[in-house]
Amino acid sequence: MSEYIIKNGHVFDPVQGIKGDKADVAVKDGKIIDNVGSGAKVIDAKGKTVMAGALEVHAHVAGPKVNAGRWYRPEDKHFDSHKTAGITRIEGGKSIPTVFKTGYEYARMGFTFAMEAAMPPLYARHVHEEIHDTPIIDEAALPVFGNNWFILEYLKNHEVENTAAYIAWILRQTKGYGVKVVNPGGTEAWAWGLNCLSIHDKVPYFDITPAEIIKGTIEANEYLGLPHSMHLHQNNLGNPGNYTTTIDSLKLAEGIKAKNNFGREQVLHSTHIQFHSYKGTNWGDFESGAKEVMDYVNRQKNLTIDTGNVTLDETTTMTADGPFEHHLQSLNHLKWFNVDVELETAAGVVPFIYDPNNAVFASQWAVGLEIALYAKDPMRCFITTDHPNAGPFTRYPRVYSWLMSKKVRDERLNTFKKADKVISATTLANIDREITLYELAAMTRAGPAKCLGLSKDYGGLKPGMTADIAIYNINPDKFPSSGPEIEKAFAQVAYLFKNGKICVEDGKVIDMGHKETFWVDVKVPENKQVMHDIKEKFLRYYSLSEKNYPVPESYAPHQHILSVDATQA
Amino acid sequence: MHRISISSLWMRPRREVKRMNTVTLTIKTQPELYLELEKVNPDTFAGKKADEIAKLPVFQGKEILTLGDFFTVTGEAGATAADTKIVINGDCTKMKYIGAKMTAGEVVVNSACDMYTGSWMKGGKLTVNGDVHSFCGLAMAGGEFTINGNAGNYLGAAYRGDWRGMSGGVLRVKGNAGSDVATFMTGGTLIVEGNVDIHLGTHMEGGTIILKGNANRRVGGQMVKGEIYVYGTINVMMPGYKPVGDIELDVDGTKSKFVDYIGDLGERHPKRKGETVYGHLYMKK
Repeated sequence: MSEYIIKNGHVFDPVQGIKGDKADVAVKDGKIIDNVGSGAKVIDAKGKTVMAGALEVHAHVAGPKVNAGRWYRPEDKHFDSHKTAGITRIEGGKSIPTVFKTGYEYARMGFTFAMEAAMPPLYARHVHEEIHDTPIIDEAALPVFGNNWFILEYLKNHEVENTAAYIAWILRQTKGYGVKVVNPGGTEAWAWGLNCLSIHDKVPYFDITPAEIIKGTIEANEYLGLPHSMHLHQNNLGNPGNYTTTIDSLKLAEGIKAKNNFGREQVLHSTHIQFHSYKGTNWGDFESGAKEVMDYVNRQKNLTIDTGNVTLDETTTMTADGPFEHHLQSLNHLKWFNVDVELETAAGVVPFIYDPNNAVFASQWAVGLEIALYAKDPMRCFITTDHPNAGPFTRYPRVYSWLMSKKVRDERLNTFKKADKVISATTLANIDREITLYELAAMTRAGPAKCLGLSKDYGGLKPGMTADIAIYNINPDKFPSSGPEIEKAFAQVAYLFKNGKICVEDGKVIDMGHKETFWVDVKVPENKQVMHDIKEKFLRYYSLSEKNYPVPESYAPHQHILSVDATQA
Repeated sequence: MHRISISSLWMRPRREVKRMNTVTLTIKTQPELYLELEKVNPDTFAGKKADEIAKLPVFQGKEILTLGDFFTVTGEAGATAADTKIVINGDCTKMKYIGAKMTAGEVVVNSACDMYTGSWMKGGKLTVNGDVHSFCGLAMAGGEFTINGNAGNYLGAAYRGDWRGMSGGVLRVKGNAGSDVATFMTGGTLIVEGNVDIHLGTHMEGGTIILKGNANRRVGGQMVKGEIYVYGTINVMMPGYKPVGDIELDVDGTKSKFVDYIGDLGERHPKRKGETVYGHLYMKK
């Protein structure tokens, strides 16, 4: 493998505490090393910014509901049907791009890893097929557990050990990475035409509350010592007044300590928290609750969050929060996709237009930015668009421009048709903070890597770490002042190294890399009860046999397995 | 009920006729597959000379070729789209997207054309002296599109999957049209002088359809708002329509008596000033 030396770049690396100093980065055999020989290829990074490859902590990029979006929205890709020069394939789709475009676009923006945020265990094969076909970037997927019948039955009696054994079994069957919980109890209630809007609403039939599911899955996650914490999409998403539900849910993590060998410190990751930070009683008297939510998050060191920034685009919403998608469709009358996944979960898909002329959507935009700007610890707050729910991930450069420049942000805020309403309903106009390149490196690299339990090898530029490196055409001494300039710089890297190989040069994809599928294999003590329950559920309820359930090796030919031994727990 | 006479659309004073520069495209080689002519419109041609126009890309399958590979180009374009007229001669039955997305100027095709002709058109004038295939005039937003032959399916409809159909302009077919005409229409006027097949004005939420001939079945299914005038017969009427009286109307320059039906009663309907707004289906007596 080739050796490289990246010379004279401005390095931003929270792992080593390097804040833009000029430093050389040496690469050999896919790793960052102390020094290379004189034969190494020199990459001149003078006047450029050097960071580790970015990690996406939460996006919907592979699997059945993403694909449902693709097939039922041909209009999303109609004008993208021509092939361009180079080694890339046709790049179709805006809010629900093809797997190929997904890989290329992440790579062009300097990303080297993406987490598929919701994998229905029953359809894990489909998720892995798409992950395998997504070029360049490494990926993993979080199976959903928050409405799974096994989990509901075990946690009703607070059987944490059985819950943990079942989680370990699912991770192995589905090649999953961790524990995702979506609208706990609410999605199962949706099968009964109901929802759980507070954490104390009982789930019909199962007679358990969202609070018990949240707490129990956090405990099971720590019992196993998984690399990532429990990853929560909270109840009551998108409704005015929901910030109290949000803080109530976060409080359930109080007093629980992280227990793992991966350097992770949080026990709960609360995702797309923008959608969960609203005050008021309706959209007329709506106000931002970002300050209240972030005051709590800033105090509680065992929490991490991601933002879920609204990008003001036409997009496609998709979530395992079935009842919420039904609610959205009743608001915009557009097409609605809804599916129930047997004993496990559900999903809905609805196209959505975040029209900047609408005061509600403009306010959601402001709340997302407030979340990031109120975050005191950039190692615990990550930037996402909950792709594609709040906007396509390809808009990250624009989100960065709003966060990094008060001028760019205020230009947008002050030119909204309903600017007065947005300014009075939120506090964004009074915030002067501008996110620095060093903070951005924490929010998009070191932070997510640590949160996902990958900080040993990813998210930094320390010798010994994997050579995933992004070089941007940004001179920190002359940081671009206009929105379009900032966007362009972050949309097209000068270079992207993946595992020590240049995959993108001058914004052009030149190599498809060798992507890997990350998953977590946990050893647990033999649990006869859980094995019996699994057998019984497959016989009685599932539409397929237990033997056809696991994802075969051939579906993830390039595996990166993180092993956990929970037999001594 | 207050209503504006449709005929005023045709009697408005014409803009003063400006001298336009004309570009003539004459086919010299037929494509092996179908050709996507997304660049053949006055907006792209504006400000270009014949040799520059001949270098514009055209798409055949996954190949990118040039306009000059298939056409002889003569003349030159005006400085703007509005000053540019394009005349296309020769057999265009394998040509897609002619005049698509045009915003001004004029295009005359002396042949039949394939799909997407005049789709996403915003302004100007497009005339096809022949038949067009399906998906033509999709999501048309403005201008005048005249087809002096027959049209295929999905004329003036929304693109597959989209909910934003024809919203403006005038689309006229001298002959017949196929099925699914004007799906998701929200504005503008579509006139079919011949007959149509099933599904006329499905999901319509505004605009006007004038059908001089007959329709097969399912006219105005799930219609929320808008007007459909039928001069001939409907093979099978939708059950969600209710007659509310007779009315004499001036439509497309002629006065006629109609029976006014409201519907589709199975669909949601908005309220305006306390009154429910329905779609109207006017059947000539």
